[in-house]
Amino acid sequence: MNSLVSQFASSGHEVELRKARQAFEDDDESLEMWGSQAGFGPLSKGIPSFSVPSVPDPSAFLRLHTDDHADPSCRIKIKHGTTTLAFRFQGGVIVAVDSRASAGQYIASGTVKKVIEINPYLLGTMAGGAADCQYWETYLGIQCRLHELRNRERISVAAASKYLSNLVYSYKGMGLSMGTMICGWDKTGPAVFYVDSDGTRLKGDLFSVGSGSTFAYGVLDQGYRWDLTDEEAQELGRRSIYAAGHRDAYSGNTINLYHVKEDGWRFIGNYDVSKMHYEGPNGTGYGYEIRTGRTEFC
Amino acid sequence: MDIVLGIRVQDSTIIATSKAATRGISVLKTTDDKTRALNTHNLLAYTGEAGDTVQFAEYIQANIQLYTMRENDIELSPKATASFVRNELATSIRSRKPFQVNVLLGGFDPKTNTPSLNWIDYLGTQVELPYAAHGHYRPDMKLEEGLELLKLSLKELETRMPIDFKGVYVKVVDKDGIRDVAEY
Repeated sequence: MNSLVSQFASSGHEVELRKARQAFEDDDESLEMWGSQAGFGPLSKGIPSFSVPSVPDPSAFLRLHTDDHADPSCRIKIKHGTTTLAFRFQGGVIVAVDSRASAGQYIASGTVKKVIEINPYLLGTMAGGAADCQYWETYLGIQCRLHELRNRERISVAAASKYLSNLVYSYKGMGLSMGTMICGWDKTGPAVFYVDSDGTRLKGDLFSVGSGSTFAYGVLDQGYRWDLTDEEAQELGRRSIYAAGHRDAYSGNTINLYHVKEDGWRFIGNYDVSKMHYEGPNGTGYGYEIRTGRTEFC
Repeated sequence: MDIVLGIRVQDSTIIATSKAATRGISVLKTTDDKTRALNTHNLLAYTGEAGDTVQFAEYIQANIQLYTMRENDIELSPKATASFVRNELATSIRSRKPFQVNVLLGGFDPKTNTPSLNWIDYLGTQVELPYAAHGHYRPDMKLEEGLELLKLSLKELETRMPIDFKGVYVKVVDKDGIRDVAEY
């Protein structure tokens, strides 16, 4: 049924894939030469599939060309370490993330924007493949705007997150890597949905994703209440990412903090993790030695 | 490590599913419902590959509901529903990307007044079972005795299972349809 609908549809990602596939088929000579297909390229012809690399096993192909422990010389680096969090409370949604991009042992960047501003009412977070998150969440923004124009009404967070989860599910097993939280405010109030590239989609009050998520959960779970004030909530988000930035080697540099309210999201600020350790947001540092004045463990 | 249990008693079927949704070493959610109501007398409980489970359950749910709409509010019997689900999984296993989903289908046939419990795995194996749990089962148990048996099964799981599954949601299918059992 779905394939029947998409065959005649004039919008959506499947149409773009179809167009791309048609474009590819026009010059299949060069396609067969592309990439390390080991002569197996023509085998995929005639088998219905997405226009991903035209090889028998796209995920094996992707693995061959992406950052892997076995092959450090690969051409494409995928961002691995991250800490992102989002939670729902009385005053809206808090979204906090770190800003480190690591490629193996190397810190590739310390100024990554891991919060993707989908539209003035929706935020998405980035964990896993940076390109996958950036591309598909921007694409989601386009579809959300089209929904607005078609229905004269803003899309709900539930619908937007389901659009994304259905989309990544259609690529399941082909090597997409995303762990994201879709956050926003709609008719039902503040909402947070966890969506990942397995196709999992969960509604919830509080999520944290990435290699530093266990550290963030530790702080978040002990401080979380529904009736947090705006200031308390922002501080909890900031403090949780600090903990992950401090203890997880693959997270750190700076914290980006956002607050979603009824009238849309607002960027609260960018905070240096080291500065938070020694000085904190208002003079009292988060660091153990700084807080307690004890130095025996330094 | 999801838990799905089912017990068929005299005039109803009990379904219990664990509430934890786990990814890696973290429990992401403690209130996850691993069931979908297909129609008034059929409840589908599922386990399996992340993503596949919900997609498959909602696909089945939509098709069963479509059948009811098309056939002038005639509902598919538990036996027919089980055959439909089995056929979908048997077709799926022979496709390029099979659904890796196992299901328990709890049903009650209001025409013959019989409760039923069907296990269907991702390979397309279908079996009608009296119970899908361990314990001291008798076929002539009443609902209350069935719920007692479920309590014993869960107590054993809590003592012997190395992980916390955050309790279970318990639902009963009988002549009045599907309902939640609160005290679990």
